[in-house]
Amino acid sequence: MSLFDLRNANARYNGAAVLSNITLSIAAGERVALVGQSGAGKSTLLRMLYEQRAEEAALLPQELGLVRVLSVFHNIYMGRLNLHSVWYNFINLVRPMAREVKEVREIAVRLGLEEKLFEPTGELSGGQQQRTAVGRALNQDSDILIGDEPVSAVDEHQSRVVLESINERHKTVLIAMHDITLAITYADRIVGLRGGAIVLDQPTAGMVPSDLDDLYRN
Amino acid sequence: MFVAIAVLGLFLADLEIIGADPWSEFGRMALGAVTPDFTATDRLFDAVLQTLAFAILGVAVANVFGFALALAFHYRFVRVGCAFIRAIHELFWALIFLQIFGLSPLTGILAIAIPYAGIIAKVYSEILEEADPAPARAAPSGSGAISIFLFARLPDAWVHFKHYSLYRLECGLRSSAVLGFVGLPTLGFHLDSAFKQGSYSEVSALLILFYIIIATMRYWVHKRLLPAYLIAAVIALPSGVSISMTNVVRFFTEDILPHPIRVAESIDGAVLEKLWDWIANLLITQAVPGAFNTIVLTMIALVGAGACALAMFPLISPKFFGKKGRTIGHVLLVVARSTPEYILAYVFLQLWGPSMAPAIVALSLHNGAIIGHLIGRHTESMATRSDSPKGLNLYGYEILPRVYPQFLAFLFYRWEVIMRETAILGILGIPTLGFYIDSAFADIRYDRALVLILLTAFLNIGVDALSRRIRYRLRLKTTLNHA
Repeated sequence: MSLFDLRNANARYNGAAVLSNITLSIAAGERVALVGQSGAGKSTLLRMLYEQRAEEAALLPQELGLVRVLSVFHNIYMGRLNLHSVWYNFINLVRPMAREVKEVREIAVRLGLEEKLFEPTGELSGGQQQRTAVGRALNQDSDILIGDEPVSAVDEHQSRVVLESINERHKTVLIAMHDITLAITYADRIVGLRGGAIVLDQPTAGMVPSDLDDLYRN
Repeated sequence: MFVAIAVLGLFLADLEIIGADPWSEFGRMALGAVTPDFTATDRLFDAVLQTLAFAILGVAVANVFGFALALAFHYRFVRVGCAFIRAIHELFWALIFLQIFGLSPLTGILAIAIPYAGIIAKVYSEILEEADPAPARAAPSGSGAISIFLFARLPDAWVHFKHYSLYRLECGLRSSAVLGFVGLPTLGFHLDSAFKQGSYSEVSALLILFYIIIATMRYWVHKRLLPAYLIAAVIALPSGVSISMTNVVRFFTEDILPHPIRVAESIDGAVLEKLWDWIANLLITQAVPGAFNTIVLTMIALVGAGACALAMFPLISPKFFGKKGRTIGHVLLVVARSTPEYILAYVFLQLWGPSMAPAIVALSLHNGAIIGHLIGRHTESMATRSDSPKGLNLYGYEILPRVYPQFLAFLFYRWEVIMRETAILGILGIPTLGFYIDSAFADIRYDRALVLILLTAFLNIGVDALSRRIRYRLRLKTTLNHA
């Protein structure tokens, strides 16, 4: 049974076609990487897919969606807002409970954010902010993760940690990314976009980066 | 066109200087200003304490209700209600509550809290609207609206709330000081008696203390100290003034009913006819002349404030003056904008007698200093070429054209504020609407006072709407929207 299903889907932005004639089906447990030049329609496609499972999927948007004045702890805690009562959330906003700090700290340690746990995210570097947003998604009680360029601002080593963590935590993963090597390593299926259309859809087994050169040729 | 209206207004305005010998009086005031007398420590301490207590409690209550109203600001009746309560000046609220609660602390607190709640509701709702929507979208679905609000929207807005509250507290201190002029035990009360006794050294001591409090706000307002301040404020408020419930009931059920209805046995044709006469009489003898004078004075003061602002902003601009010159400019502007226009007008009134002249000068100076300060600050970040002209040429060709849109935006924004103040200055004897309202209260004709206050409120709302239209038409943007 497929989790996501698009048939001949189109999308327009300000009157111009962004996606045309998209047919795509993704089953539970698949790890899909969306690749293609910027402007190819990756973000739009991710948004359309997210809308199909907005109730259950964890979203990692390109603009991160961090609350800049809140600490790393609070931003990661936000991933579990839906699991607690308003009062419990309120208490943790004002004075984090030891139990919650312990859980969030585990995620922060893994992402190399432990030392920044109680610093406002607005004061962190771009890469640290991105990892905080990843932390929030990891903390979310969800089997599906939809991420738009989640490793664009972190270095190669950290990127691997991030993608491994995501794969461990979430069963179904849809990620847009521009690093083809990472895409082949951490996804088991690659969907290539060009000019708003799907031009490639293959399993990654046996694939080498140069197989995707066509996507980026002008 | 606005300048033309103002010039026309000058012909219509009564500008006569009546004071017996304004210059010798001025000499004594100036002498008092340079010889402040801090020996009356008890009185000074009490004045400062009461001013702080009313301001802190009033602004705190206004913050709580303003925040709650901001959350409901999408309802039309909340928006209209807030526009209405903030269109009535805190002194008018004080005059109303004086009749209901007498000189009890409640009068002062409510007089500040009610109009401020209306203003805060509007500003807070704008802040919340401008909060980044991305975090709320990234929160897991099913997170409950309140939890999302607490985590995703409130923290961002909170920082702005804090800044704005601090600014409101500064306004609250000014309002609280002025409330003394209608009898509450704040700074204005002591200023009034010191003026009447001609002890100008005490006047200057009071004013200097007031400037110090406002100038040092940044250092003494602290999150952790706020609860202590609130408790201290409650303790400091005058006690022993009891509220008479019969007074309260009578005010609402009898005093504010129009006279013909109050004395009538039953409502019939004759009563309605008398009511009509009552309204017509009120309109012709008080409302129309009062409104006319209010508008004339507002227009003159608006242009005056503009002229003052254009003359004053170079004083604090690094484009025109060196560091030393700017320090003097800053002191001048701080004094002019920290002194409530009511107190400025009061001082000039002592010199020139009751005409429009003191009001015009007071409103122009105070509002001109506020706008001048904002524009001067604006020029700090302005890049000019290194071979640009100097002096007047620089002013006319380089700086003025660039700041002009910003200047107009601020000026039109102050329009409504100037109008509110103009009406209020009537209490000092200038025949604007406030004059008629104050006399109606003095004659225990609360029905008239209330009609006139309503009229004042609608004038303010009208000017506010007009100024917003003009700003929109001219595409003016106030980046500091709570200037």
